[in-house]
Amino acid sequence: MSKGWRWAVLLLPLLAFIVLVGFLLRGLFSDPTELSSALVGKPVPQFSVPDLYQPEQQHTQAILQGQPMLLNVWATWCPTCRAEHAYLNKLAAEGVAIVGLNYKDDSRDKAVNWLNTLGDPYTVNLFDANGSVALEFGVYGAPETFLIDAQGQIRYRHVGDVNERVWRGELGERYRSLMQEFNATAEGTDS
Amino acid sequence: MMGLFRTLLSSALVLTALVLVAPSHGQNLEAYQFDEPAQEALFKELIDELRCPKCQNQSIADSNAELARDLRDRTYFMVKEGATKQEVIDFMVARYGDFVHYQPPLTFVTSILWWGPIAVLAIGGLVILFRVRQQRSTEVELSDDERAQLATLRSEATARDEEKEGKES
Repeated sequence: MSKGWRWAVLLLPLLAFIVLVGFLLRGLFSDPTELSSALVGKPVPQFSVPDLYQPEQQHTQAILQGQPMLLNVWATWCPTCRAEHAYLNKLAAEGVAIVGLNYKDDSRDKAVNWLNTLGDPYTVNLFDANGSVALEFGVYGAPETFLIDAQGQIRYRHVGDVNERVWRGELGERYRSLMQEFNATAEGTDS
Repeated sequence: MMGLFRTLLSSALVLTALVLVAPSHGQNLEAYQFDEPAQEALFKELIDELRCPKCQNQSIADSNAELARDLRDRTYFMVKEGATKQEVIDFMVARYGDFVHYQPPLTFVTSILWWGPIAVLAIGGLVILFRVRQQRSTEVELSDDERAQLATLRSEATARDEEKEGKES
């Protein structure tokens, strides 16, 4: 038996063990909710859903295009949504278009009341009482925020609250680059 | 001793009975009524095969999460309207990804689930084969010189032993 072979026999199990430990350790810290959405890269699903304020008015997927925007899934029963609300107000004030999808809320009145007291950052308010629209989007829970481009394609999904750190991170980065692209093409067609 | 054995045996039997009797579904499924037994069977099959996306390893039949209930309801309506098994699965996978189905499709990424165990078995087999071969090759043939040397050593040893015995007696 050559010396090199002997070393290999000795070290190979150790190496395999280290790889296994690394693999399992990673699993320990992985967040099961952070599965990438199956819809990323696909156009927004078709839907028809009433407006939150005006029950007789219906909205369709047509409202989710024309410019880069966020679709925020929220509910009054969701404490994290309360936590992110102030930041959404701030983003809206900065000119970010956010469509609100009220997800399986206790009642329409409660949701309207929430927006009246905490402020309404949304350009359009969708009222998804039974969660059927959210199901089309593959929503797990609230809050969830989708980034949608000008062509109405889903580009990214963020699970959890939107805050300053998130907006400095991937969600904000992607929004800003989409916005840049959008403004560039808008200028191109103007001239 | 006999008493202890009897107690152990009876408690084991009781536990086994409990496991067997316990309902297989964690959730109350009585709300889902079907006219056709075939649809009911398909529904039961589907909710056992679809995974609650939000939960840690629970089927939508087992989970009481809100989302699992929504998916159960959706499965129910689809089956009621005559959807096939594949249609329901495709619908769920399109929205929640492969994760939602307990039988993931065979893709490059998931292929390790199929080939991994076979690979481990093959590696084990190779190791055994190697070791056996190695052991065989260590059974060396002695040359004539070595044979002669061995014979001298042996006779010397016998001589020494005899001398020793002679002294002792």
